[in-house]
Amino acid sequence: MGEFTMMTKAGTRYQQRVQQTLQKHKASDKPTYILGIETSCDETSAAVVEDGRKILSNIIASQADIHKRFGGVVPEVASRRHVENITLTIEEALQAAGKTFDDLAGIAVTYGPGLVGALLVGVAAAKAISFARGIPLIGVHHIAGHIYANRLVEEMEFPLVALVVSGGHTELVLMKEHGDFAILGETRDDAAGEAYDKVARALHLPYPGGPEIDRLAKEGTASVPLPRAWLEADSYDFSFSGLKSAVLNTLHNAEQKGTTINPADMAASFQDSVCEVLVEKTLRAAKQYQVRQVLLAGGVAANRELRERLVQRCQSEGIKLVIPPLSLCTDNAAMIAAAGYIGYLKEDFADLDLNGVPGLPLATSSLQ
Amino acid sequence: MRVLAIDTSNLVLSVAVVDESRVLAEMTTNLRKNHSVRLMDNISLLLDELELSPQELDGIAVAKGPGSYTGVRIGVATAKSLAWSLGIPVVGISSLQAVALNACGFTGGIVPCFDARRGQVYTALYQSQGMNRLTEMAAEQIILLREWLPLIAAETAGRPLLFLGDDVALHRETIVEMLGERALFAPSAFNHPRAAHLGWLAIERIEQADDPHSLLPEYLQVAEAEAKWLAKNSATK
Ligand SMILES: [Zn+2]
Repeated sequence: MGEFTMMTKAGTRYQQRVQQTLQKHKASDKPTYILGIETSCDETSAAVVEDGRKILSNIIASQADIHKRFGGVVPEVASRRHVENITLTIEEALQAAGKTFDDLAGIAVTYGPGLVGALLVGVAAAKAISFARGIPLIGVHHIAGHIYANRLVEEMEFPLVALVVSGGHTELVLMKEHGDFAILGETRDDAAGEAYDKVARALHLPYPGGPEIDRLAKEGTASVPLPRAWLEADSYDFSFSGLKSAVLNTLHNAEQKGTTINPADMAASFQDSVCEVLVEKTLRAAKQYQVRQVLLAGGVAANRELRERLVQRCQSEGIKLVIPPLSLCTDNAAMIAAAGYIGYLKEDFADLDLNGVPGLPLATSSLQ
Repeated sequence: MRVLAIDTSNLVLSVAVVDESRVLAEMTTNLRKNHSVRLMDNISLLLDELELSPQELDGIAVAKGPGSYTGVRIGVATAKSLAWSLGIPVVGISSLQAVALNACGFTGGIVPCFDARRGQVYTALYQSQGMNRLTEMAAEQIILLREWLPLIAAETAGRPLLFLGDDVALHRETIVEMLGERALFAPSAFNHPRAAHLGWLAIERIEQADDPHSLLPEYLQVAEAEAKWLAKNSATK
């Protein structure tokens, strides 16, 4: 990203100002304050985090209510809201933290993956502020952010394996050290959260479907036979579209025959299949790589059934499990600042050509 | 007073720094290239050429739309973040007016047009007062070109109409068919917005600057999903 231009003789005045800020902060004994900015989907969020671990503020302007009536996130609507909220949210985060621009050592921003129009708003704001105030800019991968949400709760111990599940992603990631990510497995079709939304719709539950299914499942039993997508014996990949189709077919067939399936039983059976596969693959990876920690990250970590099973299985296997509080599982900027802190320590700075990248891969050995 | 001006509302990317009496620097490109990647680099380059730091700016001007939704958002998000973090005023200006300023001094009607698909255009009708002021004769709007042309023809009582904007080429046949000799087309340099015009206008309006937090794009249309939702929900009532 800006490595080559950084190495040219004098660099731009912007690069010089960034270096000055960096040297100033390195020379001081003050803690490192990173401003995080997150706009990859439907939450406009800004946060200030101290030394990568302590949240001073974490402001989230949620659009959930706006998108509810559309039954899903509408990218254009989300992008418009981000422009309305962006500077206000950042101002609120600074005020709540009691910090000014001069206190900041870096600005960390999500630049992918996500909705491109939404990402661009956060990236444009981060670059503008970085340029205006000469503050180092750090591009952060959204999944890296989700994983680093854990570090706001408990120090990481390597190697670790992180299960990241949300509306947009289902990934199993191995980390051997800070900033080093290896994807062991990912979904081959729908993300877990997407499957939840689609099944919820079939059961006439409101959007977003995850919490609704989780709640309803508690009232039923997992009595409907549904498939488990284990894929190849050694694979850590996931697949949820077959399960989703099985749910839809079962409901459809019952309707044709004039019989009814208790929606609570269907919800419980669906959850049973999803959680079993997620938990067992995570445990298998944890054992294979002899990890010291299992992390759960992403919005679906709010799912009670998944948490309970993971707790139970990790306990019985004697593996340490870290689950951040719900408020840090859904999209927020504190996790971006926490991940950005590692980029700051590595002086892995982005230049002013940083772009929003909707399909950004989680590269190994780098936050970016 | 030095003002940094930005226009990324369509394919053209234009940035300028102006003061009360001069254009200090201006850079305009007309490429199918990503504004998100290039805007801040171009601003950085311009200020470096002028040996100015961001702190030496006194205001920001931005073309706030209509135009490409994404383009306008990049410009507005950048402008409001710059202005807010520098603590200086920001002035949002119509992207149509930015193009119309190219024709200041023209005695007929000035009609900037951006294509808005399905036969529609984002457009407005301006009239020049002397060499340095435009009055709006018909407010900016999104409208079918075939409905728009008769309206402005009636409004301008036989005077010529000058059509401006790169997208005019797409609609030239229709315009000539409906307006004949009254329709005029400018050399290409008149079709591109120049950020320097925005900067000059912003200095004039700096007293009525926008609050950076509340500066928003002017899309002239609700999002498509919103429009569908509104249509469905008003129909069922
Ligand atoms: Zn997320």
